[in-house]
Amino acid sequence: MRIPPAVTQRAAVGLMWALTILTLGVLLFIIAFILANGLPHVTWTFLSTSPESMGRAGGVLPMIVGSLWVAGLAVLISAPVGVATAVYLTEYTREGRLTAVIRFGADCLAGIPSIIFGLFGFVFFTITLGLGFSILSGALTLAIMVLPTIIRTSEEAIRAVPKSYRDVSYGLGSTRWQLVTRVVLRSALPGISTGVVLSVGRSISETAAVMLTAGSALGFPHSVFQSSRTLALHFYVLSREGLSMPNAYATASILIIAILLINLSAYALMRRFVAKVV
Amino acid sequence: MKEKAIHVVLMLLAFSAIAALAVITAFIFKEGVPIIAKVGIKDFIFSSDWYPLEGQFGIFPMIVGSLAVTAGAMVLGVVLGLACAVVLTQFCPQGMVAVIKPSVELLAGIPSVVYGFLGVVILVPLIRDYLGGPGLSVLASSIVLGVMALPTITSISVDAFQAVPRSYREGSIALGATEWQTTHRVILKAARSGIVAAIILGMGRAIGETMAVIMVAGNTLDVPHSLLDPVRTLTSNIALEMGYSAGDHRQALFATGVILFVIIMILNSIALTVSRRRVRKGAAR
Amino acid sequence: MTQVPSSNGGVEQAAEWLMRRQPAAPAAYCPVDRPAKMRIEDFGAAFDGTEVLRRLNLEICACERLAIIGPASGGKTTFLRSLNRLNDLNPGFSKTGRILLDGKDIYDRAMDVAVLRRRVGMVYAVPIPLPWTIYENIAYGPRMAGVAGRGRLDAIVEGALKSAFLWDEVKDRLADLATNLSGGQQQRMCVARVLALEPEVLLLDEPCSGLDPISTAKIEDALLELKSKYSIVLVTNNTKQAARASDRTAFFLMGELVEVGPTSQVFTNPTHHRTADYITGHFG
Ligand SMILES: Nc1ncnc2c1ncn2[C@@H]1O[C@H](COP(=O)(O)OP(=O)(O)OP(=O)(O)O)[C@@H](O)[C@H]1O
Ligand SMILES: [Mg+2]
Repeated sequence: MRIPPAVTQRAAVGLMWALTILTLGVLLFIIAFILANGLPHVTWTFLSTSPESMGRAGGVLPMIVGSLWVAGLAVLISAPVGVATAVYLTEYTREGRLTAVIRFGADCLAGIPSIIFGLFGFVFFTITLGLGFSILSGALTLAIMVLPTIIRTSEEAIRAVPKSYRDVSYGLGSTRWQLVTRVVLRSALPGISTGVVLSVGRSISETAAVMLTAGSALGFPHSVFQSSRTLALHFYVLSREGLSMPNAYATASILIIAILLINLSAYALMRRFVAKVV
Repeated sequence: MKEKAIHVVLMLLAFSAIAALAVITAFIFKEGVPIIAKVGIKDFIFSSDWYPLEGQFGIFPMIVGSLAVTAGAMVLGVVLGLACAVVLTQFCPQGMVAVIKPSVELLAGIPSVVYGFLGVVILVPLIRDYLGGPGLSVLASSIVLGVMALPTITSISVDAFQAVPRSYREGSIALGATEWQTTHRVILKAARSGIVAAIILGMGRAIGETMAVIMVAGNTLDVPHSLLDPVRTLTSNIALEMGYSAGDHRQALFATGVILFVIIMILNSIALTVSRRRVRKGAAR
Repeated sequence: MTQVPSSNGGVEQAAEWLMRRQPAAPAAYCPVDRPAKMRIEDFGAAFDGTEVLRRLNLEICACERLAIIGPASGGKTTFLRSLNRLNDLNPGFSKTGRILLDGKDIYDRAMDVAVLRRRVGMVYAVPIPLPWTIYENIAYGPRMAGVAGRGRLDAIVEGALKSAFLWDEVKDRLADLATNLSGGQQQRMCVARVLALEPEVLLLDEPCSGLDPISTAKIEDALLELKSKYSIVLVTNNTKQAARASDRTAFFLMGELVEVGPTSQVFTNPTHHRTADYITGHFG
């Protein structure tokens, strides 16, 4: 017997929606579960003190600072390189062998797992360059890791700037560099920032690569040459070694809230960009 | 003159991605290949004896482990990921897109340690109590990795679906096909290579994930025989032992990284070729 | 020759406005013994090997308004964009022959393209305001040329807007987004943006194609004023506009210059039958 198309249609659409709603449900559940268990323990003291007895007690201030250092520095290194790459690909060269090679590099880099970045950062930055387990080693490793994201989002943002602006700017006697800095980057800025903000999020979330490069020192970091445990790694250690469930939940809550804020601002920037360019 | 200098500087910076890739490859291989040569590639890959202290390095169980959890993850990731992509591009009112899309992106943003943690506190006890076994298992890892690979699959297939010309859809509907028939006979077919690329990149994401799997996989050194057995993956092998390894042992961990790297590169190049073919086909149309 | 334009579109107000306008000043031609502002010598252009312009010879004189007419795809835009080397942006572009500005080849290696484009300014078929304020739009060119200082820029912006007959309409809203102006205002702003650089040659590519009769008339008025200072090349697909707003007219057909002469002569007594066909509308 043949099932009438109208029935399959309804069944299939229903199933697709059910699966989508299941996915959204998983997301909501994750957020709600962590926040419900963790938020009550996120107190001012927790945010503003250092951990005691390996994190069984005390707070996470050094980890917050460590995370900010590592992620901030990573993006600070990666953003100029990534944006420069995007500018080069879009404004300074034509599609050809050269761009194919650059794009291939970025695409491959994007697929490499973070543990490989960790291994690389470990031999290259901590040992070969002698930076040791340090914020700088971690940041440099993460900078390479987020580079493809920054390149891709910047390139998309730059390509979205109308071609006619180039005619206008060149027609008014601007040099290429003036066109790039005054017209193209200015118009593409919200789009580029989206990529940068998402990269900050990715850097804050990252654990494996950071573990092998920034180390896991518990102390308050005073310079980028010191080792510092990030929030994500601290959370891993707390939960894995069963040191303190409340503190683990609280740390996870801080991470989740940070990621929520980051994604929200990325989204807001993107909407602004779309409204402006289109 | 100044323009020329800027041009050169930008070009050099643009090469940093490919340069980084080259340096990473060089260092991973430099550290890992000697031990593979010493042990012999065949033994390294096909031996099940991993006794680093006795100098026995066989990673067969971890290769099987990685492939097993990835396969399991793909079942879940592909079903959920494609469903989301189909809903987002075909059946969803514009207003809902503005909710679903950022949500899926948010799913990609949640730290992997959080996924692993939830796996441990929720999934593992459930599996242990209702299905048996230790709970820490291929199944638990697959579920966690499936959810983690989902956003990759969704976002790349959404791009593939959106690249299908609107006229295909309208033409099919005009011929009296239902929305579902259109989606499944016309759009899924036209976007096929994009979907394949999405799935392969999702696989790459799953096979490369480390922290979440360490937490839920159990990490035993045996080849798993059922979904409920614990496993150790290539990635967790590296992350678990890196802290206290030295000498040959450390090199063997890098060698594990080499194998992982090679697998990922193969997956990447398949995805790149497939999606490039799609671009070329799209341009010819 | 002055032609009273028909009020096609039936806008009475527009017709009235057009009637009140002063008649065009008597046409001034390039004296043969004086070097032209721009000289086009055997110029040819191609995109990806496909010839678009063939062996063009033409002079653009100081203080004249040269209209270029002709059917679509005749190479008019390509010609204009060759005059300030905007075609260089297109990777497939190649050219033969020479274009001289004040006797110097603009395609010479020694020519600074940025300076050339300041001297030969261009207005496009559709207004393209950059997504900034009116002030920033007008000041952009001078700033890129190195002009700094609020006072000097203020003066330039005011002067440019006045020359484009836009000052009175926007003087209180210079800090508004240029994209909020009406289409006609935007196009005059684009003219002002070019004038802010005090170019020597002004190229306009169908600048009125999207505008209503009143805005069109305002732009034509501005051109008449401007011709005392600049050489103006006006591409138009509106033969009536060519007739009333130019001193000389050139007819382009399929990449070739069919004829060029005083506008009155081209319109009343064309030497080439194809020109006649086009002007009378018998052209396919
Ligand atoms: N960037 C380009 N690449 C390839 N071919 C081009 C390019 N620009 C123009 N052409 C071709 O050159 C020829 C002349 O085009 P052009 O735009 O100069 O004509 P036009 O006279 O301005 O036409 P219209 O009146 O429609 O504006 C056309 O056949 C066009 O297809
Ligand atoms: Mg044209």
